[in-house]
Amino acid sequence: MVGTYDIDPADGRVAASNVSVTGDGKPGEPPAFEFRDASVRRDGRLIWSRGTFTIPAGTVTAIVGTNGAGKTTMMKTELGLVPLHGGSIRIFGCKPGHMNGCIGYVPQDYASDIETNLTARQSVTLGLTGTRFGLRPVRASERDKVRQVMRFVGIDDQAGRRLSQLSGGQRQRVAIAQALVSEPKLIMLDEPLANLDLASQREVVHVLARLNQDLGVTVQVVAHDLNMLLPILDGAVYLLDGHPHYAKMNEVLDAKLLTHLYGTTVQVVTTPQGDMFVTPSHDEPRGVVPDTHDPDEVAYFHVGHTDHVRHSGRYDIHDNAGDSRNQEVSQ
Amino acid sequence: MNGVRFAFDPDWAITLTAPFMIHAFEAGLCIAIAAGVMGYFTIARHSTFTAHALADIGLPGATGAVLLGLPVTFGFGLFALLGAVVIGMLGKKASQREVATGSVLAFATGLGLFFARMSSAASQQMQAILFGSILSVTGTQVKGFAIFDIILLAVLALIYRPLLFSSLDEQVAQAKGVPIMLMNGLFMAMMAGVITIAVPAVGTLLIFALVITPTATANIVTSSPFAAMIVASVLCLVAIYGGLLISVMFPMPPSFIIVTLSTLFWAVAKVYEALRR
Repeated sequence: MVGTYDIDPADGRVAASNVSVTGDGKPGEPPAFEFRDASVRRDGRLIWSRGTFTIPAGTVTAIVGTNGAGKTTMMKTELGLVPLHGGSIRIFGCKPGHMNGCIGYVPQDYASDIETNLTARQSVTLGLTGTRFGLRPVRASERDKVRQVMRFVGIDDQAGRRLSQLSGGQRQRVAIAQALVSEPKLIMLDEPLANLDLASQREVVHVLARLNQDLGVTVQVVAHDLNMLLPILDGAVYLLDGHPHYAKMNEVLDAKLLTHLYGTTVQVVTTPQGDMFVTPSHDEPRGVVPDTHDPDEVAYFHVGHTDHVRHSGRYDIHDNAGDSRNQEVSQ
Repeated sequence: MNGVRFAFDPDWAITLTAPFMIHAFEAGLCIAIAAGVMGYFTIARHSTFTAHALADIGLPGATGAVLLGLPVTFGFGLFALLGAVVIGMLGKKASQREVATGSVLAFATGLGLFFARMSSAASQQMQAILFGSILSVTGTQVKGFAIFDIILLAVLALIYRPLLFSSLDEQVAQAKGVPIMLMNGLFMAMMAGVITIAVPAVGTLLIFALVITPTATANIVTSSPFAAMIVASVLCLVAIYGGLLISVMFPMPPSFIIVTLSTLFWAVAKVYEALRR
């Protein structure tokens, strides 16, 4: 168990205790993810290969890449739902699927097409009791835990409402609460911000930040759009040219790399307040398709290339916090 | 003259005590329990079309059984079960198997007609299978229904939570260790069984109104799965008993009254839902 949800009787707020994992993981503790020459094949097609990287426990990581690059497949492979074609993956030192009791999984568009009368509370409770065979009633302690975790993600006021009556953002938080109620060490979310309005996106990101900071839960997010997640990310796995790479945030946040990654010209913009944005370039010439498969470029972008690491250091999000200049970088 | 007869039968109370009526009421109770509990999972798993398809797939089994001199329920149940296994293996998502299911059910209905045309006995049974004949349920059938209900409730009590969890999101349940292949297989087999015992009441063409509609109504007026199952069973029972009672008083087919009552409850619930918003 990583942390517990304690409610402060004075103001009813949830505080975390018993936190045992810190930012870069404890010394001696196995890393959250360890890929060794991992590859995945689906329906006879190689999705990605030669994935070799290590992600420490207690971090927040995004999996980024274009449509069809295999981001969701990567998450399902880590969960053991999709078999590895070659190489190995270890999650906290265990094979995929062997640690799932300690993993909370939040799929894309959770319960968006639900037609039954299930309420938010019943859905979260299933995160605790859903694997149990037989008809034992839900215990009072389990009800308490459901109540606490719903308060933690800020949907306790919606507990009695049906899933079908909730907004996309509220449903997403129900899904997070369901994943969280079994007190996982790691939570995996597939496109948690997709189809949400800005306010709902912010609420979900806020929950993820508190999960990581207050409870020490390792977080992995499949994401299309990095912007909302930038403030909380420690690093990213980027799926580039069929190979997954992991890089810390200051290494991955580079306009050239992102342009290559997304297949369209993007720029990294830093505002006077120090906020950073990844945005499509306004001045892309018409009819020019960025070459995403130039071998020289690929070699340049691969992790470990010293030029790239050195170059990208200037975009470190923390270093820019007090910078008043408007730094706009495009390729 | 062949005018429309709509006469009230003054001897209806005597008819109610006839053995065939007693069997019909007993069968109605068994059907209501089975349909009420399975309807919830059928809707939750987006399998309502599959439920309808299984009824049609059972048709050639039923007419084929008559042709071979076997019990109708046996032939129907066997085909429905085989259909359930095949549909279960066709694809994971309901949306992916709609075309396949629809094609198979059309072929099955055609095959049912073909078997029916091959003998006069099967031809006579055809209408009963299509539109139900609850008044012809035998005492042996009722015993079979009761045994099925006991098995169904026992299995559901055992797998209730994992089945519900996997109905909500299969991937999440699978990641947490729920054996989703087993859940899907058991669900399909149970549904084939429920369809088999519900067909004598309303027939293959009207089965939707008995297995799905009461649960859809219950989903509107309740807010927990368990409550929905209880209410759906009660609504189902009221529809069947109401159908039997009214069809004894007036010369109308019970299937028609059952389906009408079931649809009426649903319509009232929809109006209630609209007004509440």
